[in-house]
Parts: sequence; structure tokens; C-alpha cells
Amino acid sequence: MIAAVISLGGIGLSAAVALGLAAKKFAVESDPRELAVLETLPGANCGACGYPGCSGYAKMVVSGDKLAAVCPPGGQEVMEKIANIMGFAPITTDPQVAVVRCQGDNAKAKLKYTYIGVTDCVAAQKLADGPKLCPGGCMGLGTCARICPFGAIEMTQENLAVISREKCTGCGKCVASCPRQVIELTPLDATTHVLCNSHDKGALIRKYCEIGCIACQICKKNAPDAYVIEDFLARVVYEHHLETGPGVEKCPTKCIRDFAGGYPQGSSFAPPTCAMPPQKVA
Amino acid sequence: MKLKTFPGGLHPPDNKQWSAHKPIETCPLPAELIVPLSQHIGAPAIPCVAAGDVVKKGQVIGEAKGFVSVPVHAPTSGTVAAVEDRLHPMGKALPAVVITPDGDDAWGELPPPLDVQSASVNELRDRLRDCGIVGMGGATFPAHVKLSPPEEKPIHTLILNGVECEPYLTADHRLMLEEAETILDGIAILQKILGVKQTYLGIEANKPDAIALMEKACAGRDIEVVPLEVKYPQGAEKQLILAIAGCEVPSGGLPMDVGVVVQNVGTCAAVADAVLRGIPLIERIATVSGPGIKEPKNLKIRIGMPLAHLVEQCGGLNGEPAKIIMGGPMMGMTQLSLAVPATRGTSGLLLFTAENVPLRPEGPCIRCGRCVRACPAHILPTTIAAYARLDLFEEAEQFNAMDCIECGCCTYSCPAALPLVQAIRHAKGAILAQRRKV
Amino acid sequence: MENRLYLSSSPHVYAGATTDAIMRQVIYALLPACAAGIYFFGLPALVLLILCTAGCVGFEALGQKLMQQKLAIRDGSAALTGILLALNLPPSCPWWLALLGSFVAIVIAKQIYGGLGYNPFNPALVARVVLLISFPVQMTRWTAPAPLGSGIDAVSTATPLGAAKEAVMLHGQLPADLQSGFGSYLLGHQAGCLGEVSALLLLLGGLYLLWKKIITWQIPVSYLGTVVVLGGLFWLIDGSRYPDPVFHLLTGGLMLGAFFMATDMVTSPVTTRGMLVYGTGCGLMTVLIRLFGGYPEGVSFAILLMNAATPLIDRYTQPKKFGLVAEQA
Repeated sequence: MIAAVISLGGIGLSAAVALGLAAKKFAVESDPRELAVLETLPGANCGACGYPGCSGYAKMVVSGDKLAAVCPPGGQEVMEKIANIMGFAPITTDPQVAVVRCQGDNAKAKLKYTYIGVTDCVAAQKLADGPKLCPGGCMGLGTCARICPFGAIEMTQENLAVISREKCTGCGKCVASCPRQVIELTPLDATTHVLCNSHDKGALIRKYCEIGCIACQICKKNAPDAYVIEDFLARVVYEHHLETGPGVEKCPTKCIRDFAGGYPQGSSFAPPTCAMPPQKVA
Repeated sequence: MKLKTFPGGLHPPDNKQWSAHKPIETCPLPAELIVPLSQHIGAPAIPCVAAGDVVKKGQVIGEAKGFVSVPVHAPTSGTVAAVEDRLHPMGKALPAVVITPDGDDAWGELPPPLDVQSASVNELRDRLRDCGIVGMGGATFPAHVKLSPPEEKPIHTLILNGVECEPYLTADHRLMLEEAETILDGIAILQKILGVKQTYLGIEANKPDAIALMEKACAGRDIEVVPLEVKYPQGAEKQLILAIAGCEVPSGGLPMDVGVVVQNVGTCAAVADAVLRGIPLIERIATVSGPGIKEPKNLKIRIGMPLAHLVEQCGGLNGEPAKIIMGGPMMGMTQLSLAVPATRGTSGLLLFTAENVPLRPEGPCIRCGRCVRACPAHILPTTIAAYARLDLFEEAEQFNAMDCIECGCCTYSCPAALPLVQAIRHAKGAILAQRRKV
Repeated sequence: MENRLYLSSSPHVYAGATTDAIMRQVIYALLPACAAGIYFFGLPALVLLILCTAGCVGFEALGQKLMQQKLAIRDGSAALTGILLALNLPPSCPWWLALLGSFVAIVIAKQIYGGLGYNPFNPALVARVVLLISFPVQMTRWTAPAPLGSGIDAVSTATPLGAAKEAVMLHGQLPADLQSGFGSYLLGHQAGCLGEVSALLLLLGGLYLLWKKIITWQIPVSYLGTVVVLGGLFWLIDGSRYPDPVFHLLTGGLMLGAFFMATDMVTSPVTTRGMLVYGTGCGLMTVLIRLFGGYPEGVSFAILLMNAATPLIDRYTQPKKFGLVAEQA
């Protein structure tokens, strides 16, 4: 009994001493600020900053005398903390959220064929450019939802991707993953978006989608500088920060949506409860 | 006597009885011919005609671009209606020359017949290029390129592919029965170009009439007919070489690395027509079959004929088609519409009805190993596909994703209905894209 | 908006094999052994079979519902696990033990890893070993076979393997009447787990699976072969201490293990050479545990140990890819 206690205790003690010595001898020199910065970061390793993971970003921060890149998921809060730790001049971030510019789910948009195969948008796109007649619309097979590190994207029952404005951190991974470039990063304070991604002429769009932009220009007529029509597709001019309401009201196909009023049909996300920053009036 | 073959592979029902006994029927001209400028591996041809031009049968309408390319010819005489994007078998609209036939089917000026004995090897190869000869087994690789191996890779064996292992397809079978002399003329030309020591003609044992006929015809011609075990994919180039020559083409390599060149029997016939009669590749045999067509047939079609026209020649559709397959059922491509034109690589058109398209829900991989045992490339389809679906392309490459010949044996055998070939193709695409970036 | 035309990647024809058809075939192959178990051990055996099967299917349905997954009990894998579990338990096993075993097999050994196809260890064997270690008394209370209609009451007794191990440990020698029971062992007249008693019916079931190409010959042949060779070797060295190979084949869970447990697809290697390595390893461990280990029977532990080695075996026994030899030349 005593022998067992002594021998095991002895092994434990010598192991502890050995580990302690090793920790001291093989310790890696590192800037203590790096750890402090790392602790402020969200830890999602999403790569939106352009650096390999959060530790890569922290390394970059402490190696320079100013911030070479922002951390979008961290946002303003994290940037201020880092500025404090490093003694940098404070910077203001431009928070962005991703938006799926399409509302043409299976109930509203026609298919050219029924797809059988791997449930992945990139794979489906390889088969005759995807099952939808609309060349730019969301196929709803979930590639973006799977790649989102923050779980901000849901697929509705009718195969449409919808992104939660609350959960999205603007990291941009979904934008890169979409084979049709349906997803766009937009300023957080902009709540109105034209949810269509097809540059086909209106008459053609009518044939395959109920809720696509037919470039009728009604939005532009009612809110002149808030919208612009480019290549048969309307878009909100975010830089102008103008009132977009009249366009939303008068749009005949209802392809323009103000997310302050709620998410596209079929989405389970609740409309934002907190007041959105007001749009500036011209 | 045990027939030669390769390890692995499967035995899908061959379904050749629908059309194997039907002689080749010439298909009349349709109202419009759509000739895609890209019908071969390599750079697409560049159009040299414009809307309104009058063309003669066999006239060059698209010029070859670069070495790995061939010209495209008018399949009949008529007027060029347009040079525009039209739906291509690849699934998207690609440049094509649309011709309205004038009904005369009149030949234009053709290159003169060459005397095989006196013509030089270069002359023969140039003739093949000028006549647009490509591999007609489906790969459509320009023949003149395949027949120009570099000096450090001497060719000693020529293997002719009369296997036709895909179910339903009987075009090569009928060609051997009805045009044996033309095929043999073509083989003689290939023998001259390559200067080979031995020549073999591989035919699967499910075509005993073709074997008997070709054996008789080949007597005294220095060609050995090799009957092969009926197995899929016996007609795949590397598996065919293993079965006949007994050696494996190195991974990542080509048949010339083991001194072999393989050509389809249809290509041989086209080679003979090009050299001996100056006829460019504007016509081929295609099998139209499947439960969705009223009268399965083997048709002699012109390049550019819309698939709908072929269907019409075969008595029309048997109900609404659920899948339109260009090629065979194991490696063919599903089509968006019957308006798509036939090309130089169209060996078959299959119509499947809804009963033949089982909507099998995908289950988890139960690691049963059937795909591993069936794989003729001896890789692990289940492992590669699993990595591919997780976007782990480096690991997929380590497990030899690039060695996949996309034959479909794995997906065919999978009890969990996993889309293995699609996933592996996705990985191969990503690996190639990554290599191009570096 | 449904479009009737389908586009998919090749191939466009399929062999027609399905996962549930495979599970069904294995269940059919087990029915003769189940019948033998019921014949020799009576009503308790039938109750045990029903309890385990229902328990496993029930827990799978419950688990899938709680995890908000699609209900997949129709694929038959849970029912198969239930039957295999029952076959691995002593016929006098109490009902609560059977249910606990079902829970361990389905929820702990299968569902927490992700369900069908993701479990690293054979679920029925995990449950059996967990029960064996936790409830050794109940799990080793064997009854002598009392064939239906014979009027014999249930009597507790030792299994042939148990008797052998005890004799060797106490007397250094095998019991004298070891060989006398061979005829009955073949048919199933021996004490043991519900499903392991009839070597003949298990062998027939195994041959059925081989004929239907549900399993391949590599694992059963290498497993049984190794047991015969290694067991035979020790028997030749000292026949009074070590039983002969036929005894090994006919007693204990070897037949059940070689044809139905070691061949479980999810937990065994996919490569052909890997299966041979795996089967040999199972055979080796089985004989070593039987002859030198603390337990009289080693099949369950041997298979579970080899399950752990499966990923490694798969990695190192990859088939030589087409063109590899030529590439290296």
C-alpha cells in the first residue's frame, strides 16, 4: 500500500517537474499584447480579415503600427478594444451584412429541369447552368448556409436562402461560395434592397419568375436618386442614403423589400425589433 | 477458354437486344442543321462563314485553332441561316453555324483521294486533321494529335476498340457487321501512320456475329481479333489495354507511355473515308434506344441533326421523357431538350421514362465496400467522395481522386444512392483549378 | 413548380441495391439461429428477442425525434441490431437488462456518433460488453437447453467454454468429457447465449449471406481460419490444456461473430486486403483471450478491438491504384 502511494506519487512529482522545466525551456517568445488582442476577437476563424484565422489576425495587429485590416465579425466594439490595447488611433468600421438578392423560391420561379444529385449549388450549376430558368436566381441547395460560420443563413421550405441581419457579421464567406453571385455585402444601415439578380429583359423575366425585377423604372420615378437601373436591373444606391420607401410601395412585382418590415416569405426570422437607423432624406 | 479481361468492373444488363439486330438506316435531312463549333477536345473552331452564305456539303465552315483542334464542315449543301449561340449538348448556348439544307445534298470540292502506299505519314495525318477526324467512341480527341506521338514514345501496338461496353448502344456492332471493309481500310492507314508491329481488334463476347465476321475479314491482314469478356467498362481505354496487351498505363499517363494507341472502329471507318475518298467527318452511326422511344434503331445521322429529328425517325416518343441521355446510360450526359444537335461524339440517344428514373433518397454510407470492389481504377470511391463533399480537396487528391475514370461503376453499385461520381468529379475540378492557380 | 425532365450526373442506371434490402437479408439469415434459440430455450428466448428488437427500434425512433432528424427506422438497421443484441444475451436475461442493452446499443454506440454509417464500434457488441462488465452475474447465468416439448425445467449450468476455462484454472487440465458434446454443439444443444448455440444453423445463415453477396468471404474465412490454425497449434503443443480447433469452432460466439458480427459493414474495413488483416486479427485475439485471458469467451472483445483498428487498416491496405506500378517504374 505504502509502496504504491510512494511509487505513484513519485512518478507524478517527477512528471510535474519535467513538464515545468520543459514549459520554461521550450517557451515561445511572444508579445503579451498578442494574447490580449486574440482574446477580444470573436474566435470564428472565418478569414474575412484576409488573415489565417484569428491568431493570424492578432499576429498582424501586433506586428505593425496601425491596423492593416478590420475584423468584420468583431465590428466597432472589437476595433475599439484593439485600439485601446495597441494604442492606435481609433478607427470607425463600416459594418456590412450580406443579402441574398432573390425572392424567387420554388413557388414563384420556374425550373427548367428537376435536379437529381448532390445537394449543392456549385454541383447543380455544372449541370446546364442550374435547374432554374432564371440565370441569376438563388437555387436554394444550401451551399451558403453550410459555409456560414455564424449559422446566419437559413433555407426556406421552398428552397430560398435567407440571411439573418442580426446574426450576419459581414465576413463574406457566403458571397464567395455562391456560384451565381446572388449574395452581396451591403451597408448595415441600409434596410431596403432590390431582391433580384437577373439582367434579363422584363418580358423574359415575366415568363419564369413572379417576383423578379422587370426594370419598369417605377421605383426610380418615385424616388429619383435612391434607385438606379443598370442593364435591366434596378438597384438601391446605398451611398446616397436616400428615402427608398416610395419605390418599395409602388414596385409592381414587389421585388424591392425593406427588411425593417420583415424577411422574405417563408423565412422563419422575426422582423428586427430594435429601431433601425433612420434613412436620411434628400 | 477463359476470355481476357481486367480486374474489377460490373455486369449491368446490356439491353442491346432492342437494336442489335437492326441494320443501319440512313436518316433523311431535317429542316435545320445546327453545327456546333466545339465538338472536340481542344480549342473550338473559328467560323469562316456568315449568315446568308451558300455552302456545299463537306465545305469547311469553321477553321481549326491551334494544334489540338480540328475544322468543322457543313453536313449538307444549303444556306447559312445564322452563326449564333445555340443550345449545345454541354447544357449551355454555345456558338454554332445554323444551316438550312437546300435538298440537293451536293458535295463541294473535296481533297483528292490519297494513295496509302505512296503518301507520306505527314500527308496522311494532315488529311485526317483537314477532314476533322476525331475519336468517335465519345471522347472526340483529334485523331491527328493522337497519331503524332513524340519520338521518345515509340508505338508498337495498335488496338482497335470494337468493344462498345455501354448498355443499349449497338452502333459500333452494326458498323462492324455492315462496313467491315471500310474499317479494315482505316486500320491499314493507321498501321501505316504508326508503323506498328502488332494490331489487335477487341470485341466483347456479346457480339459473336461481329467476332466471326471480323475474324474472317482480318485473315491475312496482320490484325488479331481478341474476343473479350462481357464486362463494363471493358471499352475504357486503359482497361482495354490491360486486357489485350497485359500492361497498365501509368497513373497520370497516356497509352503512348506503354507504346500503345487505341482507336474506335468508327474512327477507323472515318479515317478510310477521309484518306481514300476525301470525305470529311459529317456523318456517323448513332443508336437511338431506351424504353422511351417507340422504335429503337441504329441511324446513320449527319452532324448537326437535332435530337428531335432522330426521335421522329424512330417512331416518336413512348410517353413523356424523364431523361434524355446523349451517349450510354453509364457515362452519358442528360440533356435539357431535344432541340440539342447531334455532334461528332454522339454515339447514342437514350430516352428514359419516369419508371426508369428512380428517385432514390440518399442514405448514409454504410461502408459496404461495393464501390471499392467494382472500381476498375482500384481507388476508394467512398472515401474520395466523402472528402469531396466536405470540400477537403487535398485529402481527396491524396486518395487518388485524379485517377478516377468516371465510369460510374461505384454509383451504379451503391445501395445508399450516393452520388459518388458527381462528388468525385467536383473534387477533380477543384484540384485542377487549384493546380492552374499555383 | 415541378418540371418533368430530370438532369443528373452520370450514371443513369443503378444495380437496384438498397440499404434496407441488405439489412433484410441479414435478418433472414439470422432467422434459423433465432428459431434454434427459441427451440432450445423456450418462451424466455422469444420474449428476449421481441424485447430487444422493439427496444432498439423504439430508442432509435425516440432519439431521431429528439434530435429532429428524419425518421429512418424503416431501413431495418435498428431492428437488426436488436436481433443481434438478443442473440448475444443469455436467454435468462431479465427484461430491464435487455432494455438497458438496447439503449446502450442504439443511443450510446450508434446515435451519438451520428447514426447509421458513423459508429466506429459494433453497437450490439458494445451493449453486450457494457452489460457483461456491469452486471456479470446476470450476464453469466446460463441455463441448460430444454428443448420445447421435452418437459425439462430450466436448470442453470456452465457453457462448454466456461467449463473448459474453469477446469484449466482449477486443475490445469481440460475436463474429460469435452469432446462428447460435439454432435449437440453443432445443432445447438449447449448452454450459451441465445443465438450462439447452433453452429450449424449459423453456418447455414452465413453461407446464405455469402451466396447473396451480402458479405464477402474474406472476413469469415480469415477469422475462422486463424482460429483453427492458432487453436490447432496450441492444441498440438499441449492437448490436455488447450482444446482442439473443432471445439473452438463449435462453441461460444465464434460462428455468430465470424459471420454476423465481424462482418458488420460499418465497422469493418472496406478494402479486400484490409478485411483479411481484420479477420486474422479477430481470430488471433479470440484465441488468445479464450486460452490465456480472464474471460472464457473472447469474440466480443476481439471484434471490438479490431473495430478500433479499422480506420488504420483501411488507410494502410488501400488497393494499388491502376497504373501505380508503372508510375513508379
